Amino acid sequence: MSKQELDREFSELYRTHLRDVYSYSYYRVGNHHDAEDLTEQTFLQAYRHYERALRESDGRPLRPWLIRIAHNLAANFYRDRARKPEAAIEDAAVISAPHTTETLVEGREQLEEILAGVQQLPDDRREALIMRFALDMDNREIARALGRTDGATKVLLHRAIKQLEGIVGMDGQAA
Amino acid sequence: MSTMDFESRLRAALTPVEPPEELAVRLERTLVNLTELAADELEAWELSSMRDPRNWVRPAAAAVVGAGAGTALVVLRVRSRHRRRVAQSSGVIDLAERTMRDLADEARRLLP
Repeated sequence: MSKQELDREFSELYRTHLRDVYSYSYYRVGNHHDAEDLTEQTFLQAYRHYERALRESDGRPLRPWLIRIAHNLAANFYRDRARKPEAAIEDAAVISAPHTTETLVEGREQLEEILAGVQQLPDDRREALIMRFALDMDNREIARALGRTDGATKVLLHRAIKQLEGIVGMDGQAA
Repeated sequence: MSTMDFESRLRAALTPVEPPEELAVRLERTLVNLTELAADELEAWELSSMRDPRNWVRPAAAAVVGAGAGTALVVLRVRSRHRRRVAQSSGVIDLAERTMRDLADEARRLLP
């Protein structure tokens, strides 16, 4: 494949997955400023290794690979700056979630509670939930991004949801 | 609340976040220009221009960019601080020294 073709394909990959990488970054670091940095670095690093990734992917989707890069960079981000994700997600997600006027306040509070709960989860469980629910990745994609088996990923997701239900006090409650 | 209900709440809470438009524009421009940048800078570099320290940063940056795509960030960040360095510099030599230091610091910070 020529350099031009590679660049064109990478450009397509970038356009297709910019929102995924940004969403993942945002929920990982908890603010837009650092999410922009993380997204930028993810794509620049992906560009450097794109040819090899294409060769080794054997035709499989590259989204898990991109998210894995963001995952590794986020880990470095915390290690270098010796800090954890910010407790409160800034704003965008909760505000943009659709609600009727009647349920807006109650619904927002509940979503904020869930988001705060997500931030309390261990890193691997939090990441699995972000990938599943923010990026709509299936078990196989999440497994590839986290470097786990499909089975282990299924268990991880199940435990993450159960733990989160416990944190926000919804386990055992009737609808 | 059932697990299904909870999962739909979770999906609503973790709604995808649109990247800021300026990030998309900036990143796309960076990626598009990435490979061309190094070549253009190096082609335009004439030895005579190196007598002026103000020109040192451009070929130096180009050489760094040639080493890999991630290094584009170094160039962008160093360039973005150009005005501040000019304001702080006492002269052309001082400006050149500050620029080279900034470039080295950014490269150390960003490159693996």
